[in-house]
Amino acid sequence: MDAGFLRSLTIDAVRQGLLRKEFRAVELAEAMLRFAQAEDARTRAYLHFCPERAFSAARRVDEKIARGEDPGPLAGVPVAVKDVILTKGVRTTCASRLLANYIPPYDATAVVRLEEAGGVILGKTNCDEFAMGSSTENSAFGPTRNPVDPERVPGGSSGGSAAAVAQGTAVVALGSDTGGSIRQPASFCGISGVTPTYGRVSRYGLVAFASSLDHIGPFGKTVRDNAILLRVIAGRDERDSTSAFAPVPDYPALLDGDVRGVKIGLPREYFKGLASETGDLILRAVDLLRKLGCEVFDISLPTTDYAIACYYIICTAEASSNLARYDGVRYTTRNFEADTLVEMYRRTRGEGFGAECKRRIILGTYVLSAGYYDAYYLKAQKVRALIARDFAEAFQKVDAIITPVSPFPAFKLGEKIDDPLEMYLSDIYTITGSLAGIPCMSVPCGRTASGLPVGMQILARHFDEAGMLRLADAFERAGGTAGA
Amino acid sequence: MSSTAATLAPPEVLARYEAVIGLEVHVQLATRTKIFCGCPTSFGAPPNTNVCPVCLGLPGALPVLNRRAVEMAVKAALALNCTVRPVSRLARKNYFYPDLPKGYQISQYDEPLAEGGWVEIFVNGTRKRIGVTRVHIEDDAGKSLHEGFEDSDRYTYVDLNRCGTPLIEIVSEPDLRSSEEAYAYLTELKLLMQYIEVSTCDMEKGHLRCDANVSVRPRGAETFGTKTEVKNLNSFRFLKAALDYEIARQVAILENGGAIVQETRLYNPDTGETMGMRTKEYAHDYRYFPEPDLLPLRISEEWRERIRAEMPELPSQKRARFVEQYGLREYDAQVLTLSRDLSDYFERAAAVSGDPRGTANWVMGDLLGALKAEGKEIPESPVSAEQLGELVALISRGEISGKLAKEIFAKMWATGDSARTIMEREGLRQISDAALIEKIIEEVLAANPKQVESYRSGKSGVLGFLVGQVMKATRGQANPALVNELLRKKLG
Repeated sequence: MDAGFLRSLTIDAVRQGLLRKEFRAVELAEAMLRFAQAEDARTRAYLHFCPERAFSAARRVDEKIARGEDPGPLAGVPVAVKDVILTKGVRTTCASRLLANYIPPYDATAVVRLEEAGGVILGKTNCDEFAMGSSTENSAFGPTRNPVDPERVPGGSSGGSAAAVAQGTAVVALGSDTGGSIRQPASFCGISGVTPTYGRVSRYGLVAFASSLDHIGPFGKTVRDNAILLRVIAGRDERDSTSAFAPVPDYPALLDGDVRGVKIGLPREYFKGLASETGDLILRAVDLLRKLGCEVFDISLPTTDYAIACYYIICTAEASSNLARYDGVRYTTRNFEADTLVEMYRRTRGEGFGAECKRRIILGTYVLSAGYYDAYYLKAQKVRALIARDFAEAFQKVDAIITPVSPFPAFKLGEKIDDPLEMYLSDIYTITGSLAGIPCMSVPCGRTASGLPVGMQILARHFDEAGMLRLADAFERAGGTAGA
Repeated sequence: MSSTAATLAPPEVLARYEAVIGLEVHVQLATRTKIFCGCPTSFGAPPNTNVCPVCLGLPGALPVLNRRAVEMAVKAALALNCTVRPVSRLARKNYFYPDLPKGYQISQYDEPLAEGGWVEIFVNGTRKRIGVTRVHIEDDAGKSLHEGFEDSDRYTYVDLNRCGTPLIEIVSEPDLRSSEEAYAYLTELKLLMQYIEVSTCDMEKGHLRCDANVSVRPRGAETFGTKTEVKNLNSFRFLKAALDYEIARQVAILENGGAIVQETRLYNPDTGETMGMRTKEYAHDYRYFPEPDLLPLRISEEWRERIRAEMPELPSQKRARFVEQYGLREYDAQVLTLSRDLSDYFERAAAVSGDPRGTANWVMGDLLGALKAEGKEIPESPVSAEQLGELVALISRGEISGKLAKEIFAKMWATGDSARTIMEREGLRQISDAALIEKIIEEVLAANPKQVESYRSGKSGVLGFLVGQVMKATRGQANPALVNELLRKKLG
């Protein structure tokens, strides 16, 4: 199994190879782990590998095949899992010094479902600390590099998962998205990634950053791979009170390429002042969709301008509370030199958290403080409701909305790290969908003149992942993603 | 009043002031499992064993609200005459403490479960309604163990078994005007919660915890004085002593021209005093916000009414019925409803005896006395309700005298045998044979000619002496009513 072969693998290709006995799942896992370790010297997509777990999962698949049983929809598929998603017995660090040695006693629901479906987890991928960032430079263990151009960031916060899939060291991956952390790295690395409807995939076992905005979602080289993985991890989980009862359609079966009559909205607020290269690629993609039979409408989402402020109030408020438990008392690293409890807290957290986490904890603590709550948090919740209403109104007219994923393609390491506001602006197109809780995804739509991938964002109605995936898949079939 | 309080302000000074008290009471709900996970709530397990990722606040864990805990909380709210909100919200109360593993408590803030109720108390012969501001649900924290370990001088140990135990907090209006009223209010709350079986209210196990907001003002004043919050009132005795102390302390300050500082004070049962806590350390800004991991709590009318329909008879209703149905005095009804065990015992005994008032006297007198002497509770009584009912029936039918009954009761208590068994075994049956009694009377009259003479000359008081002589001669077994009747007849 050479690198070219491994890079080319999709879920279907793995399945065929196994069923035709061209290779066994254990052989694939072995080859893929070796390949991933070698590639990682260049990109550092993974933080650590879990070969024992991978081999035992692969063995189970091989045994099932040998017994003639159905090995599951992800049979033998090498998967990378973002290191904010818990894996029992396998270190889960959230790319934070505080959890550098944390070994969770249970699996996230998405991980359980993935393995029950035959998936083979190779290791845990790098990300921004506690998923806070847009470049994976906020990892306590060093940045991940973009496989397309190692001088550049892979995006973030799920940069490691995106890079692993893009460089082919995992066939698919799990990431998490709070304000764009799946879509933006997918677009930077030239692959597809899905942020499902809020509540579609259980958050149980996803280390919380901003609970009302956090999602687990898939990455894949193809739309179909995303559809298969999403179907496996989606659905009600009684351990997550916010997970939805909505039935999960057979997403891959619905990818029929027929998008005739689909109404697409282009929100004008997303195209003004957009870098021309990215804008041109998106408009060219829309032309292709028109040729496939879609109808295109100019629409308006007037509250868009308030989204960044709204998002950074809500997500920091929730983060300030969610990150309180990393206090040195139980499982985190601890400063043992402190003489008093308060001093222990200060030093443990002061030394443990990176700059971005601290910034967000302080901001979030401030906006929830007595006397400021109404002016910030409460007002942000009202704005959030207005943003959701904008989308609801738009979806009365159109079936899907298309926008850029990011105002710019992958930037260079260090380019924005000292300017948090500039970094926050890279989420400008992705956070509205997160605030509205609707499904959104990034699908590649070409490259800039300098060869950097650009992603197109598709947003759809609540729980209409099927419609969104069908549109993306039709675009992919028509060659829209070619060259990305 | 405690002596400590008396040294602060003499009674005549205190009498010029009025206390204004509100209580915040935490009640542990008697669910089998915790409020957000399936761990048992059982008391006394080895430290850190009744725990799971959810109640340990491990990364990635999420709460799922225990339906049974909600039902119990609604039941409590209804028993407190509160209005239950159709939609309420859980909220995070953020603060750092080692026994709080999530870094926040999940409680309720501006949209509590229920509001606007009341509780009726009975103090010094008068009834009074105490307003209940709100009832909300929340999870408990763990326990910090500061003592009892070899290295307790350097370390605090934490036991997280209690984390996630379901609680309700019941906040009263500032309607209480004395430590006696506060005591009566807490007693009534405890009784209510036990009656409706939402809590065992075992104070030693921390199932009932109480903080008080206290201020004083000159009698007749309209406005409230500056209040202090007194914590650690975790027994009925502490509650009264701490309030008396705090009231006297505040009065003494005002009498000396000082001003009350708004602060949190901790009651120290060893000294009987309240001490100010360092305000800097406890000046919390809890940064409440709606708990994003839980959906708004919806309680449909149908669900609420189903819970209401399951409500047993409440103590106040039972008291009224006891007065009405059994003709008991108000005070007796109050005593007999002090626990559900006691009122059930009384009703079962009264059903057997057919004499409710006689039964009430026996239950409140001999039974409670004997229980108290041995430190026992009703369920441990060696004399069952049915046995006591039989004893009372024997008295009211005139088969035994009250005096004999007391003797028999003592034997029942010691052996657990029924009254009849004891009477038969010991030949204690009452003598109601008129011929036999007449014979004894004749002997007594013959032996006491002087007394017979003085009776006949008009000194009717002598009759008692003669009755006593007859009773003595029969070892107390003669039917006293019959003796009386026959004696009168004989003496003409």
